[in-house]
Amino acid sequence: MAELTYRDAVAYGIAQEMRRDPNLVMLGEDIAGAGGVFKTTVGLLDEFGPARIRDTPISEQAILGAAMGAAMTGIPVIAEIMFSDFIAVCFDLLANEMAKSAYMTGGQLSVPVVVRTANGGGSRFGAQHSQSVENWCMMIPGLKVVAPSTPADVVGLMAASIRDPDPVVFFEHKSLFASKGEIPEGEIVDELGTARVVREGTDCTIAALALMVPRALEAADRLADEGISAEVIDVRSLVPLDTKTVLASVEKTSRLYTVEENPRLCGWGAEVASIVADEAFWDLDGPIVRITTPHIPLPAAEALEDMAIPSVDRIYETVSKTIG
Amino acid sequence: MLQILTPSGDLVAEAPLDLDMTTRLYRALVFARAYDRKSTALQKQGRLATYAPFEGQEAAQVGSAAALNPDDWLVGTYRDAAAMWMQGYPLDLLFAGRTGDERGGSPPEPINVMPPSITVGGHMVHAVGLAWAERLQGSDRVAITYFGDGATSEGDFHEAMNFAGVFDVGCVFFCQNNGWAISMPRESQTASETIAQKAIAYGMPGIQVDGNDLFAVFSATRDAVLRARLGEGPTLIEAMTYRLGPHTTADDPSRYRTEDESAEWRRKDPLERVRIYLSERDRWSEEWQAEIEAQASAEVEEAVAAAEALDPPGVAGVFDAMFADLPPILAEQRRMAEEAE
Repeated sequence: MAELTYRDAVAYGIAQEMRRDPNLVMLGEDIAGAGGVFKTTVGLLDEFGPARIRDTPISEQAILGAAMGAAMTGIPVIAEIMFSDFIAVCFDLLANEMAKSAYMTGGQLSVPVVVRTANGGGSRFGAQHSQSVENWCMMIPGLKVVAPSTPADVVGLMAASIRDPDPVVFFEHKSLFASKGEIPEGEIVDELGTARVVREGTDCTIAALALMVPRALEAADRLADEGISAEVIDVRSLVPLDTKTVLASVEKTSRLYTVEENPRLCGWGAEVASIVADEAFWDLDGPIVRITTPHIPLPAAEALEDMAIPSVDRIYETVSKTIG
Repeated sequence: MLQILTPSGDLVAEAPLDLDMTTRLYRALVFARAYDRKSTALQKQGRLATYAPFEGQEAAQVGSAAALNPDDWLVGTYRDAAAMWMQGYPLDLLFAGRTGDERGGSPPEPINVMPPSITVGGHMVHAVGLAWAERLQGSDRVAITYFGDGATSEGDFHEAMNFAGVFDVGCVFFCQNNGWAISMPRESQTASETIAQKAIAYGMPGIQVDGNDLFAVFSATRDAVLRARLGEGPTLIEAMTYRLGPHTTADDPSRYRTEDESAEWRRKDPLERVRIYLSERDRWSEEWQAEIEAQASAEVEEAVAAAEALDPPGVAGVFDAMFADLPPILAEQRRMAEEAE
């Protein structure tokens, strides 16, 4: 077992797949010589060369379009969009082209592209560089959406995403880059569409994603001091969504909380809440509670950003006050 | 502007095709017109969804596609059926696609023709990616992408051209400047004097050709394809042509342009000049014209019949085509949709 940062796990995971499949290529802005603006692709140029690790002009539409075109020849492609906010710049290529290709060709032309992108707040980058936009992608039929919370999951879900024949949007959380975790020896390949119970409990279920997972875990520690046993689920994959794991947990705990970094309206937790209300209504002992960022542009100011995004305190206090 | 065959059928430069090949391509032009007119007729009968006619642009599509190798990539639009058919796209699937059946979007292997792009401009960057990937895999296959004058105003055009220049890929950008983007005339679309000149900004050659001249179109595309195949980079071709019909069957061009303008372009018909050229070389007769028109009509009817004989698409197929494996959450929705069907 080696300890890696979440940041280094990105390059580690890509390298694992590049060694395995000589056809795999990656393109994006400042990913080669610079090693990525978040240093997530350091070392890949040296090992795999400029033909496979390809710097591009500042041209998000062309990055996704060229990735899709290349993938249509049958090779897997990783495309990096530097900040997830910039998905808005190339949303046509993602939502109207990549997502629709398999359907519009009767299943013939799948697009094995992984769109990697740095997502989320905590870095004071402001309203246009700090958003959590996983829900933008979740709502498009034809896209898969993944957001790992640990270095091991970065590697395993990266491999699963690259080997998947469909387009996958892979959200790397900016505020997790410095976090560390153990990486098992050997090849690591995880499975999309699988949530994970990361802490077992009996009194309530807290479903969280990416940066919200460690915060939910810390809140659960504090709740335990009060005698509240919280089960924490790392949702990991929004499409496909592992409803089984969530429903099984709610059946046991009878209460559900979601912790979402995305702005409140149409956040991913709303879909989870809807499914649980529909399929596990009689298991519930109280209302489903969503703990989210308010429906506001994410502020750049330190105090305001910290106020906006669900914190350990807010998770702890919300659960503590409402569990009754 | 490159012109080899004038509207009156006179050669002003050496013909790039021999008489046999010219005869074959003339038949293709006649065929394309038959397909196009039939499609409009079918739409009026309610048998096809909205259709975008290409009458007047036959030489631009047939002449350019004739310059490709059979396995080169072709990435076109909803108005490029003639080019797609030339590159092997089965006619019945073209019709099926226009009935709304997505099975029309999956030509059999090894036809390297993308289903027509319905969004304006989004497909040009795909051609760049295709050409890039072919080069990465050590192949000399090229990609050609078709688009109209209106699409050059889209950001995708800039990004595709810029990327192709920087990546130095084997991609041919083929613009059919047909004068009108729905109701917007070309001069309201861009302040550039020509579309071809935009190539300079991206570090690639640009050439303007008479798009109704089969020979000029073939010659320019052959040169561009050769450059692409030899690894010498992309080219922009601006084919000056005219959309004789409406933008689509839902459009009425009399609201925004004059009959005089269309009549003038009728005199520059892309088929007529080749007919005169062949006639003057004893390669054309009225009987033969009637014969090839009848053949075209029969083949088109056969393709329509084949498309209409397909089982209607079922709702389950939509779910099944979306992903390689159906996610569990969609399996339930698939079941409900099938029940409602």
